[in-house]
Amino acid sequence: MTGKVKTMNRRSSDPYESLGPELLKKMHRLMVLNRVLEERLIKMSKGGDGFFWIGGPGEEGFGVPLGLQVRKGQGNDFDYLHLHYRSSGIALAMGAKPIDTIRQMRTAVTDPYSRGRNFVNHYCIPKWNIMPVSPTIETQYSTVIGTAIAQKRHGGDGLSIVTGGDAGTAEGDFHSCLVWATRPANPLPILIVVVNNAYGISTPWKDQHGEGSISNWAKAFEGMPGKTINGNDPVESYRAIQEAIEHIRKTRGPYLLEAKTSRLHGHSSSSGANRVDEVDCIEVFEAELKKRGLMKTEDLKKVWSDCQKECDEAYNQVKKEPYPEPEDIWNGVFVEGVDKSYPKKGGS
Amino acid sequence: MANMAQAIRMALHYGEENLGVQEIFGEDVGPPLGGVFTATQGLKRAWNSPLDERGIVGAAIGLGWAGSRPVAEIQFVDYIFNTIDLLKLAGNSLWCSGGLMPCPVVFMTPTGSGIHGSIYHSHSFDSIASKIHGMKVVCPSTALDAYGLMIAAIKDDNPVLYLKPKALLRAKGRDLIPGEPEDEKALKKMIDAPIGDRSKWKPNWPKLEEVEIPIGKAKIAREGRDATLITHGRLAPISLQVAEELKKESKGDIEVIDLRSLIPYDWEAITKSIRKTGRVIFVNEETEISNFAEHLLRRVVDEMFYELAVRPKLLCGKAVPGIGLSPVLENHSVPQKKDIRMAIESLLSEQA
Repeated sequence: MTGKVKTMNRRSSDPYESLGPELLKKMHRLMVLNRVLEERLIKMSKGGDGFFWIGGPGEEGFGVPLGLQVRKGQGNDFDYLHLHYRSSGIALAMGAKPIDTIRQMRTAVTDPYSRGRNFVNHYCIPKWNIMPVSPTIETQYSTVIGTAIAQKRHGGDGLSIVTGGDAGTAEGDFHSCLVWATRPANPLPILIVVVNNAYGISTPWKDQHGEGSISNWAKAFEGMPGKTINGNDPVESYRAIQEAIEHIRKTRGPYLLEAKTSRLHGHSSSSGANRVDEVDCIEVFEAELKKRGLMKTEDLKKVWSDCQKECDEAYNQVKKEPYPEPEDIWNGVFVEGVDKSYPKKGGS
Repeated sequence: MANMAQAIRMALHYGEENLGVQEIFGEDVGPPLGGVFTATQGLKRAWNSPLDERGIVGAAIGLGWAGSRPVAEIQFVDYIFNTIDLLKLAGNSLWCSGGLMPCPVVFMTPTGSGIHGSIYHSHSFDSIASKIHGMKVVCPSTALDAYGLMIAAIKDDNPVLYLKPKALLRAKGRDLIPGEPEDEKALKKMIDAPIGDRSKWKPNWPKLEEVEIPIGKAKIAREGRDATLITHGRLAPISLQVAEELKKESKGDIEVIDLRSLIPYDWEAITKSIRKTGRVIFVNEETEISNFAEHLLRRVVDEMFYELAVRPKLLCGKAVPGIGLSPVLENHSVPQKKDIRMAIESLLSEQA
C-alpha cells in the first residue's frame, strides 16, 4: 500500500493529479468491491443466510482512503484501529478478504473474526492491530486511549485510529477520548474520526446536536486540530487523512477529523436496508474518472463484474462451510479454558 | 508486618520491576497522594488520570490489548457502576473474537462497608462482578494474600477484578511477605511517603520475592469438624474470630474457608469441607437477592443434597438500596460479628 503512495505527485495543486492514476484506480476498485460486498451481505440478510446486517455502503469514499494509509502490522510500531461497524472499506483496503466478512454474515465457524459469534462487519484482526469491533456504541473511543498510551510509552511514530458515527458523539466516551487525548500531562497520538452520516438510526443529527460541526469540539482543546471534510469525495478524504496522519506522527498529539458521508441503505436490516436517495460516492467518483479520461465505461464495468464474481464465488464457497458446534460456547471464556468444576450445565 | 495497602503497593512494585507492568493509573493514584488508601505510593509507573471511570476502564482495555499489563484503579467500587459495559467488553474480548484477543488487565478497587462510608462508599460489587463472565474476581482478606493475589492477577492473561476490602486495607498481616523487614516501623520508614512535602521523597523498596496465590484456590483459614463457614474479604477475619471463640467455649469446631477467588471459585475445597461437616453457612456482606453465595447455595443443594445434615444457610446484607451513615443503620444492613455468631449457633443447633 505504501508503495502506491510514493507514486503521488504531492506538489500538484490538482488533488486528482497529486494522487496519480494508479492509486485512483486502486481506490475505485476497492470502493466497488466494498459496495458489492455490502450488497451481497444485505441480500444474505434478506434471504435468510445470516441475520442482522449492518455496514457501510455510502462510506466507501472515506473508508477506503483511510485503510490505504494505515501503517499495517502488529504491535506498537504500527497503527492501531478501533473501528465501528461501518468500517468494511477500511478493512478491505488493508487487505481483508470479502469471503471472511461473508463467513461472519453466515455465522460460519470459519468466520475468522468471531467464529460465528458476532454481527457482520465486526472485525478483529490482531496481526494488523485491528482491535475487536464491538456492537456497543462509542466504547472504541475509550479503548483507543489505551493503545495510544502504549504507543506513546513505546516511542516511534505509530498512532491509534478510532472511528464512529455522529450520533455516538453524544456518549461520554467521545468526550473521554477528547479529554484524555489532550491531557497536558501526556497528549496522545490519536486520529479521532467521526463519520457523520447525519442520522442515528432514525433520528436526524441536526435535531439533537447544537454544536454545528462535530469538529468544532477541537476548538475547546488547545493544540488539537479539527477539520470537517466531504467524506463522499475519496480524493478529498485521502488528502485530509494524509494531512492528519502526518500531523499526528510528527507532533504525537491528536487530530479530530469529521467526514460527512451518505448512508445509502439506512441504519441496518432493522430499518429494511433498502437503498435511499443520497449522494453515491462511487457514482460521483466514476464520473470524475471518466471526465478526466482515466477510466472508460468498459473499464468501470469490468471492475464491477470482477468484484461481483469475487463476491459470488466467495458466497458459494461459504455456503458449504460448517456452523459452530454447540460445545464451542466454552471456547474463549478464559484464556486457559474453563476448569472441570466450572458450572457448565445451565442450572440443575 | 505490612498492612494490606503496603502489601498491595509492594506487589505492584514487584510487578513494575519484574512482571512487565507498564502503567498503574487512576484517580489520585500517582504522586503526591499515591492513592486514597496509599496503595500506589512511590511506584514509578503510577500516574493520575482524569476523574473519568469510563476513560480509566477503556484505557486499561486498550493497554491490555497492546500488552502493557496495566493495573487500573477505580477509587471506590461505588464508582464502578457507570463502567459496566466496558467491564463486559474486557470480559468478553477473548470470547467475542473467537479466542483471538485476550485482555490481560487488572482492575483494582476498594470494596465493602466498615468505614462509615455511607451510601456511596460502602457498596459491594461481588455479585455483579461475578456476572461479568470471562473476568476473574478476587478478594483477599490478609496482607500476604493481597500480595500474592496481586502478583497472580498481574500474571494472568485474563482480566481480573481485584477487590480490596477497604476496612482491611490498614489491617496488619500476621505473616511476613518474603523480603519485608520484620520491624514494621522499619518498613514504614522505607516505603510510606512522609507527611507534608513529598516532592523529593523516594521509597527504599525492600528486596521482595515472588509469592503467587493461585487464582481459583480457596484457603482453609481454620480447620474444623462441626460446620463449614464459607466467606471472603472483610468478613473473613471476623468469622475466624467467632470460630475461635466458639471453640474456646466448647460450642463447636468450625471450618472457615476464605474463598479469596470468587471467579473462578474453588468448588473442590467447598465440597470437600461440606462432605466432612454436613453443615454449611455462607457469609458475605453483599445484599440478598442474587447474592453470589446464593449461586453457591443452589449448587450445594443440587449436587450435595444427600450429603447435607441440615439446611444450608446464608448470612448476608439486607436488600435495601443503600448503607446508611448512622452506625445503627449500617450495623443492621451488613452482618456484624454478633450476627455471624448467632447464625453459626443456629446452624449447629439444628437437629440432623
